[in-house]
Amino acid sequence: MERGLGCVHIPLYMRNPDTDVMRRLLIAIVWVYFAGLLIGPIAYLCIQAFGEGFMVFLNEVLRPEAMHGFWLTTEITIIVLLINAVFGTITAMVLARQRFWGQTFLSGLIDLPFSVSPVITGFMLILLLGPGTILGTFFGAMDIKILYALPAMILVTLFVTFPFVVRELTPILMAIGTDSEEAARTLGANEWQIFLRVTLPAIRWGMIYGATLTIARAIGEFGAVLVVSGNVLQLTQTATLHIYQSYVDFNYVGAYAVAAVLLAVSFLILMVLELVKTRSSAVTDRSIQMVRP
Amino acid sequence: MTGHTLTRLALRSAAIGYVLCLILLPLTAIGLQSFEDGLTRFMDDIQQPQAKAALILTIEAALLTTVINAVFGTLSAWVLVRYDFPGRAFLNALVDLPFAIPTLVAGIMIAAVYGATSPLGAWLQQGGIEVLYNVPGIVLAMLFVTMPFTIRALQPVLMELEQDQEEAAYTLGATPWQAFWRVTVPSVLPGLLTGVFLTFVRALGEFGSVVIVAGNIPLKTQVAAVYVYGEIESYNPQGATSVSIVVLILSFLALMLLERLIRRPGERLPMFLNAVMNGTWFGVRSHSPVHAKP
Amino acid sequence: MKIEVRRLSKHFGSVEAVSNVSFTVKEGELLGLLGPSGSGKTTVLRMIAGLEFPTSGDIFIDNIRVNDLSVQQRNIGFVFQHYALFKHMTVSENVAFGLSIKKRAKPEIHQRVDDLLQLMGLPGLGDRYPHQLSGGQRQRVAIARALAPRPSVLLLDEPFGAVDAQVRQELREWLIRLHDELAVTSLFVTHDQEEAMEVSNRLIVFSKGRLEQVGSPAEVYEDPATEFVARFIGSMNIVEAEVKQGVAHVRDLEFPAPDFPDGSRIRIGFRPYYIKLSQDPNHFRQQARLRHVYFLGVAYRLEIETETGLILRSRMNKEEFRQRRFEVGQPVSYAITQFRILPQDHGALSSPMQLPDSPLTP
Repeated sequence: MERGLGCVHIPLYMRNPDTDVMRRLLIAIVWVYFAGLLIGPIAYLCIQAFGEGFMVFLNEVLRPEAMHGFWLTTEITIIVLLINAVFGTITAMVLARQRFWGQTFLSGLIDLPFSVSPVITGFMLILLLGPGTILGTFFGAMDIKILYALPAMILVTLFVTFPFVVRELTPILMAIGTDSEEAARTLGANEWQIFLRVTLPAIRWGMIYGATLTIARAIGEFGAVLVVSGNVLQLTQTATLHIYQSYVDFNYVGAYAVAAVLLAVSFLILMVLELVKTRSSAVTDRSIQMVRP
Repeated sequence: MTGHTLTRLALRSAAIGYVLCLILLPLTAIGLQSFEDGLTRFMDDIQQPQAKAALILTIEAALLTTVINAVFGTLSAWVLVRYDFPGRAFLNALVDLPFAIPTLVAGIMIAAVYGATSPLGAWLQQGGIEVLYNVPGIVLAMLFVTMPFTIRALQPVLMELEQDQEEAAYTLGATPWQAFWRVTVPSVLPGLLTGVFLTFVRALGEFGSVVIVAGNIPLKTQVAAVYVYGEIESYNPQGATSVSIVVLILSFLALMLLERLIRRPGERLPMFLNAVMNGTWFGVRSHSPVHAKP
Repeated sequence: MKIEVRRLSKHFGSVEAVSNVSFTVKEGELLGLLGPSGSGKTTVLRMIAGLEFPTSGDIFIDNIRVNDLSVQQRNIGFVFQHYALFKHMTVSENVAFGLSIKKRAKPEIHQRVDDLLQLMGLPGLGDRYPHQLSGGQRQRVAIARALAPRPSVLLLDEPFGAVDAQVRQELREWLIRLHDELAVTSLFVTHDQEEAMEVSNRLIVFSKGRLEQVGSPAEVYEDPATEFVARFIGSMNIVEAEVKQGVAHVRDLEFPAPDFPDGSRIRIGFRPYYIKLSQDPNHFRQQARLRHVYFLGVAYRLEIETETGLILRSRMNKEEFRQRRFEVGQPVSYAITQFRILPQDHGALSSPMQLPDSPLTP
């Protein structure tokens, strides 16, 4: 719409220069809010992490318990990412492309992990697989340890991260439609080829975004793994659990140090997210399209 | 059956199977457990002073958080959308940070800054404000993790709004004040309600940040999630279950209420909800309205 | 209500969106503001509405200077390109909005809304929400809403830009009928010259913030005042020529150009309609080959390639084309019967000049 080049739309009542005071005031308030809630704590943590010098920081970060924590977190994250990427994509394709009875119910179920507290998540798994239950005794008899071991931690992390990939991909798949895929089919491609060479490239930014969110959530998971892991030092302690352990042991510098590492990872993740947003209008705009009633 | 149809069915089964096992099964487990010993036992567990205190504290803190978040979130969204100023892009990107930071780390950061050992904390303490191991700390922690919800829910509706509807109202004789209340606010309401309800639900279940900042003082600073954790560690599944169920039911009720409130007649379920919940709210791109089909 | 605009200008920073525009809109007239994107036409409309403030110049509605009046005070109706319907209100509530601001009595409002919905061809849709309507329906609601408070002037910003071609056609015809019935002074902006020609009583052609020409559709088409108008309205063949001894030469074509010195380069424009074709290669002097035929619905466009390699467009109505049975690839002879000399810079066109048919056969 032509309104003159380089003209930012300013509502009528704001073209009055007197409201410049209000403008400055509001901006100032927002800065204070962000500073007090976000910027301040982040900056302070970084300062405290290096509070006793770089060597101490390095020491804490390289401690065997800490390194094990990093390793375990990474391991869980990778496994969860792979499983949920696969199932998330499948579920998204099913939701976007198929119509079946119970679809709305399924869609609602997918959103559930967002509204469940992590501790409750862990607790539900205990109820499901605990010693007195059907599944518990079944796995116990087969000598497979799930609870208080890696499998349980993976399961809860799967639970909390599942919605991300699905929710990213479903709208994108709906938006791009089946035309390209049908064209490929007429040209003789089989389902697998179509998926690899037509569908996947089209959704790659959405996948990256969903995967990044999954990673962020998996790294950050605390409450659920705390409950199901038994918190055994160096055996079932993820990075977050290690931080918690250090903190309750009054090893504040240690806690801050490892926390700072996770914080740095979070920033990296944030940058990737922002990058994907700018790279892909499909990821950005379709969420806006979803808003339109 | 063609290969294509077979694939579709296989995929559908895989998806349904996975979702049912991963999500429905655990929920059923806790559902069954809670009423295993009957309704009276359930009510007894809830009435335990510690449980009751935890629930009330959590609900109160979550409500307070929601109110603060609504006010400052709306303000922030407004400022980020309407004004251009140095650092705007930086702040906008920062909004996503609570989605990326582990809640535990958030708790530690807040405890560090507002605890008695830091300059800010000491200063506050002198002024009589105790943040750590106290209600203000709980609210602060909840506020941190829920901060993006209102902002991200409001940004798109505010952006969409600024184009024509205001001007249309003016051409029809409305004063800026009238336009604000009769056009702007109702348009923005779905976004605001979404942000508000999601904040409440999230705050209700928050654990990682609160357990650090507020600790675990029963009857005083023990939120529901921390209480449940305590009960699990004490091998008291009954206590844990009852409070968990209450929190779950409250969350579900809140979300259902939200769906009812923001759905307009003749509309399918808005996907609004999902987009905000998983933090995929972008909102800062300008766009031209989607053309309607005749 | 008549509208008068005097020396209106608008700057956005260093950009001059509107430059010194003056015109009058007669009472009850339907005036079209036509031009490409960025030509300033929407800015002019918005300044009349009060949604933008002029940098300089005056606007008079019914002889009252309205520059200092707010949008609310000007009693205008505005229809936005993308409807700008209030999404959270029903159709009835949308249409009633202006009246409820004026605090009219409920029964009066109900009556007026019902009457308007009837008039707009939307009976019974009062309880629907905008998202439940089609694009054409939404636009009519937008017009009803603008008309409800009985404005003295109706302003429409590319009202049919956002709908499908067929719906656009229907809406255009409907707008003409509506205007005939209501006789509200109306101004509408469009970039579609066909639309402007079909709908307006008079139209104004804009380019780069300036007013190029004001006139009836016929005047503007037949008698373009500037090169821009000639190019923008209808199509035109344009060729570059060099003048020698009072005659402009373009390959094998010659046009009299008595007022130009030798060696000057000028451009010649002629409308497709003024290229006459004949299947008899001897009927006219110039030779060409029929390269392509385009069907335009009401007429045919015949694209010919001259012996010397020029590609020219000619136009013929359906009956004539079918009667004469032209075929692609056929050799034809042609003559140009009317042309204009286009100015070097931004100036007025010469008056149309005739060329004799000059058949070879004596």
